[in-house]
Amino acid sequence: MFACSRRFGEAGLGKSAIHVRSAGGVERGFVVIVCRACEDPPCMKVCPTDALDKRVRGGGVILNVDKCIGCGNCAEACTIGAIFWDEETNKPSICVHCGLCVGFCPYHVLELR
Amino acid sequence: MGMEIAMIDRDPLSRVLHIDLSRRRFWIVDRRDLFEKRLGGAGVAINLLSEECPKGGDPFSPDNPIVLAVGPLTGVFPIASKTVAMFKSPHISNLGESHAGGRSAVSIRMAGYGAIVVKGASPNPIYLVVESGKVHFRNASALWGMTSFTAGRAIREKEPGPGIRTIMRIGRAGERLVRYACVITETYRHFGRLGLGTVFGSKKLKAIMVTGKRSLKVNDIVQYRKVYGEIFESLASSPAMRKYHDLGTAMNVSALNELGALPTRNLEKARFESAHEITGERFAESHLGRRIACAHCPTSCIHLAALREPYETERYFYKTRMVCYDYEPIYSLGAMIGVSSTEGLLKLFDEAEALGLDAISAGVTLAWATEALQKSLISDRETAGLKLQWGDHETYLKALRHITDQPNDFYRALAKGVEHASSVYGGVDFALAFGGNEMPGYHTGPSAYAGYMTGARHSHLDSAGYGIDQKFQTLGGKPTADAIAEALLSEESWRQVLSSLVICYFGREIYIVDTVLKALRLVGYTFTPDDLLKLGREVLKAKYAFKTREGFDFRKLRIPRRILETATPLGRISESLIPETIQSYSTKLRS
Repeated sequence: MFACSRRFGEAGLGKSAIHVRSAGGVERGFVVIVCRACEDPPCMKVCPTDALDKRVRGGGVILNVDKCIGCGNCAEACTIGAIFWDEETNKPSICVHCGLCVGFCPYHVLELR
Repeated sequence: MGMEIAMIDRDPLSRVLHIDLSRRRFWIVDRRDLFEKRLGGAGVAINLLSEECPKGGDPFSPDNPIVLAVGPLTGVFPIASKTVAMFKSPHISNLGESHAGGRSAVSIRMAGYGAIVVKGASPNPIYLVVESGKVHFRNASALWGMTSFTAGRAIREKEPGPGIRTIMRIGRAGERLVRYACVITETYRHFGRLGLGTVFGSKKLKAIMVTGKRSLKVNDIVQYRKVYGEIFESLASSPAMRKYHDLGTAMNVSALNELGALPTRNLEKARFESAHEITGERFAESHLGRRIACAHCPTSCIHLAALREPYETERYFYKTRMVCYDYEPIYSLGAMIGVSSTEGLLKLFDEAEALGLDAISAGVTLAWATEALQKSLISDRETAGLKLQWGDHETYLKALRHITDQPNDFYRALAKGVEHASSVYGGVDFALAFGGNEMPGYHTGPSAYAGYMTGARHSHLDSAGYGIDQKFQTLGGKPTADAIAEALLSEESWRQVLSSLVICYFGREIYIVDTVLKALRLVGYTFTPDDLLKLGREVLKAKYAFKTREGFDFRKLRIPRRILETATPLGRISESLIPETIQSYSTKLRS
C-alpha cells in the first residue's frame, strides 16, 4: 500500500490502489484486495464519460483522469471491491499492474503475472 | 538547534487533537513549535504531558491526560510504527510511558494528527472513533465488561476502515482499575506497562479507534524512493531482524537461561531447569500458527500460537485459539512462577490478554504471592482458597481472574502490585519491583538493575542494561559504577531520539545517526548529528523534570535484597554497586 502510494510521488496511503485488511481480526490472517485485470471489466461498462479504457494486453483498465467526473460508479461496480478512492482528488485509484508493490513484499505473497 | 529546521509545509503532523470526554468536545491545535523542536513521539509527548497534567494530580482524576504521539517518519519510512503513550501512571503515581505498535501509529498519522490528548471522564462507558477532522463519541455500555477480544470484534464489525484502523481497547482489568492494566491494540500488541489501561478505565473509556488514509508530501521524490529502498533493503536483509522474524523475542529464553539470567520462581534462581520446554524453538515447532507484522514493517516479529483444546464433555470436539507469545510473558508467567508447559503458558497469556493485564506485572505479582504463601506471610484465607504453587497454571489462571475481580482485601492489594502488597503483608525483600514497577526478565547483572531504577519509565527498554552487562561480561573485569552509569545514560539518551521518531527499537542497528538524518531531511528536518544527540539528552531531562515535579527522588529507590542474593552471570552484585551507580547517574544527568 505504501509502495503503491510512492509510485505517485507521495508518502502515506492516500493513493494506494491495493488494500490489505484482516480477514475479520488479525488472528485469522490477511486478505489482499487488488485488481485482477478482468478480461471483461464491469467497471468500464458503468463509466458515464468513457474515462476507462481497456488495456491493450492482459486485461484491466486505464483511467483517463481528465475525462473522469468522480461519480464512483466504477468502484461500486467492481465485484471484488478493488477500486479504491483517492479522497484528495476525488477520483478512483486503479491498479495499473506495474508490479512495484511486488518488490516490497518480502514474503512473496504478491507476484506480477 | 540549527535555524533552517522546518517541517514540510502543511504536514498534518503538527496538528494535536484534543478530546474532552467530560464535555464531549474536541478541537485541534497546531503545535508546529513543538514538533519542529522535538520531532514527535516521546519528545513531544513529554511536553504535552507536562502542560496538561496538573502538578501533583491524582492519576485517577479526569484531569489526568492520555497523550498519544507519533513522529515525522511515521507513514513515510518503514518501522516508524510505534505510538508513544504518556500519562500519569496510576501504578507508580509518576511518569507513565508505554509504547505500542500494531497499526496505532500509522492510523494516527493517516488520520492527520501528530498527537492526541484525551482528558476528562465520561459518566458512562464510551468509545471514541477518530477520523480526519472528526471525533465520534459512541456509547460503550454494551461493551463494558467484555474481554479485549470481544470488544475489539464488536467495534470492528460496527465501524468503518478495515485494514487502516487501530482499535486500542481495554479488558476488565482496566475497568476494575487494576493498577497495571494494559491497553491492547490489534488484538496482540500492548501499551503494556504502568497502567494506561487503568487510566482508560478511570475515564470509562473502553476503546479509541482511529482511522484515516491520506498522502504525505516529501521534498524530493527521487531521493525519497532511493532512501526508502535502502532502508527497506537493510531491514529486509538484516540478520538481527531475521532473528525477530524466525523465532521472535522468544528466542531469548534459551539464551538467557544458558547465561544464568532467566529469573526463576521469584528469582530464587536464575536458571530454570525446565527452560528447554518453553523456548522459542519449542513454541515454534509445537504451536506457531502465524506470524504477523505491525503496519509498515517488513519483519513480522509477532508470533501467534495455535492453541487447540478439546471440549471436556465431548470427544473429537475442539476449539482453536490464536495466542500471541513473546519473551517477556514467557519469563513472567513461565519461569518466574515455574510454569513449564507451553499449553499452560498459552492459556495464561490468553487470559491476561482477555482481561487486559500487563503480563509482566501480573506474573511478578503472582510470584511474590506464591513465595509469601510458602513463607506463611499469608494463608488460604487471603488467597481465597487458592493453593498457589510453582508450576500450577490452572490455579494461576484463577488467580489472574481474582486479581482482576478483587474479591477480598488481599487481591485488592495484589491489584496494586508487589510494592504495595509487600508493604501490607511483608516480604519486601523478595518483592521484585523497581521504582514501583515489577521487574522485567533480565537478571544479567548490575547494569540491568541500575537501568530498571534509573530508566525514566523503569523499563528494561529505557537503557537496555542487559546489553551493557553482556558487554562488560565480554570485556571481563568488574564494571565500575561510573562506567555503568555512563553507558546507561548514553543509551537512554539515544533511545529518546528513536522514540521521538517512534522508530521500533528492533531496527536500531539500521536507524543509526546517518540513516536518521537522511530520512529526516526528506521530511524537511535539517538536523546535524550533534542536534540529534542534544535532543536525546533534552528529552530525557524533560522526563526527569516531570518525574521530579511529581515527587521522584533517586535516593528513595528501593533495592530488593533478593537481587543481591541470587548470583548473576557477572557474579553476585555487591551491596554498594547499585546505589553508587544510581548516584553517579543522577549526577551525570544533571550536568
